[in-house]
Amino acid sequence: MKRKTGGPMSAGLGAVFMRGNRFRHNFLTALLLAPATAWLVVFLVLPFIAIAVFSVGERAPEGGYQAAFTLAQYANLPARATAFWNTMMLAPVGALACLLVAYPVAYYLALKAPQRWRLILLALVVIPFWTSLLMRTYAWMYILGGRGIPALLAFIGIEDVRLINTPGAVLLGIVYGYLPLMILPIYVSLERLDRRLLEASADLGATPLSTFLGVTLKLSLPGVMTGFSLVMILLLGEYLIPTLLGGGKVFFIGNALVDLFLQSRNWPFGSAIAITLVAVSVVVLIAANRISTRVSGTRRVDLI
Amino acid sequence: MRAFVTAVFAFLYLPIALVVLFSFNAGRHASEFTGFSMQWYGTALSNPFLVEALKNSLFIATTSALLAAVCGTAAALGLARVGVRTRAVFDALIGAAIVVPGVVIGISTLVALVQLFGVLNPLLASIWPDDQPPRLSLGYGSIIAAHGLFSMALVTMIVGTRLASLDRNLVEASSDLYATPLTTFRSIVLPQIMPAVVAGFLLAFTFSFDDFIVAFFVAGAQTTLPIYVFASIRRGVTPEINAIATIVLVASVLLVVLAQWQLRQRKPAN
Repeated sequence: MKRKTGGPMSAGLGAVFMRGNRFRHNFLTALLLAPATAWLVVFLVLPFIAIAVFSVGERAPEGGYQAAFTLAQYANLPARATAFWNTMMLAPVGALACLLVAYPVAYYLALKAPQRWRLILLALVVIPFWTSLLMRTYAWMYILGGRGIPALLAFIGIEDVRLINTPGAVLLGIVYGYLPLMILPIYVSLERLDRRLLEASADLGATPLSTFLGVTLKLSLPGVMTGFSLVMILLLGEYLIPTLLGGGKVFFIGNALVDLFLQSRNWPFGSAIAITLVAVSVVVLIAANRISTRVSGTRRVDLI
Repeated sequence: MRAFVTAVFAFLYLPIALVVLFSFNAGRHASEFTGFSMQWYGTALSNPFLVEALKNSLFIATTSALLAAVCGTAAALGLARVGVRTRAVFDALIGAAIVVPGVVIGISTLVALVQLFGVLNPLLASIWPDDQPPRLSLGYGSIIAAHGLFSMALVTMIVGTRLASLDRNLVEASSDLYATPLTTFRSIVLPQIMPAVVAGFLLAFTFSFDDFIVAFFVAGAQTTLPIYVFASIRRGVTPEINAIATIVLVASVLLVVLAQWQLRQRKPAN
């Protein structure tokens, strides 16, 4: 008989250390957690409180921040309406485009790919995920730019094609940049799928399509929702892709933030935009969790 | 479906391959490959600004990844020993550190550090014995700290996952056989989590080495390789950038492959 292995670590390791006295146990735990706690507090919690405070402040005459309590910065948000509009349009559209390309790939990897190829193909998905987004976006700048595809098209007689600095180029860059992040969670949820359910569905006379819609798609929804919300949140803060592939024409919230913090130094207004961005991200995450809980009964899929 | 998947993989890799190919182009333009040449690598590596930026990036990536590996592993071990509530708070913070977009991490760290330095610098000046007190400012330290935040969260998650799948029978057996907690840790726990620690370090290094947006905000007067490359791209696409891009891409691919290989090592079968 195979013994059940694995399971939560806490009981095992905890029990070992329990043999020392209680005080030593707690002291060691605190010691282990102290550096990470300090880091999280100083570089995550405090900075977040700082921009929250800044967002209700005023801009000092020389730039930077002046203490105040006003909602003027939030009331001023429509001044950057174009950036919000572009981001709120292209982030969901981009995430959806990623999903449409990613799902068949994840499905193939999890359910159809030959066993010995699966790990290699999966590694081929993971590698771009960890390679420099700047360099990968630059590759498309090179391809879409004047001396790339347009030059080739001119060679065969199609003149004056403009590809770079268009919303289409930004969308292409988005799909290219975030496709791996969409494939991975969908793959994980499809791989965990109990294959007997698919057989059962077929045995009970369901067509392949209704099996896919009623069983596969439904059970992989947590992965879809994790991928969609992660990609969408990262897109809300995207700066490189619209800057390099959209030229000055497609402005994102990320561009507005760089401008407000590094060029015009209007920190309170920038903070109000950042807080709004975080608020939208939280709404996206909660909505995604709700949808996957309602449809398939489980919550999100962890990536690692 | 196979055709579609093949096309997607081609889509993922062809642009990268093109950059690599044209980094060896003797001519200047993407529209024509005029012959094989290593000249752009020579140009890139004899550019003192670029070499300086590369050194900065290597230093920052190594330091932040080392700190992240140590603190993240310690945190993962600590989290295995705390109650459900503390754990939930930590998990939420770690999730936030990973999910919050780089732009927001960058600006909030910038704002907080500038305020903090505004308080600390006069304080340092007043207690310093002579007229030359050190001035805290943005630079290496702030980039390392900001990169380390994401990296530490990542290491904690990877090592935590490995700890959760650790065979607890071995741990119990070890203590039943009168091993001290330290011996059990050294001979049972550490060897099993080591691949995850190494993988976490490698991924943290890769993240820091590749990151542009966080460093862009908190770099102060310092330049990292991505910041330098971004600035030169805005001035115009040159074959020199293809050469740098190739070096960076090859380095990241090697590190990621190594990390993946480490993660697959001695994974308990279930």
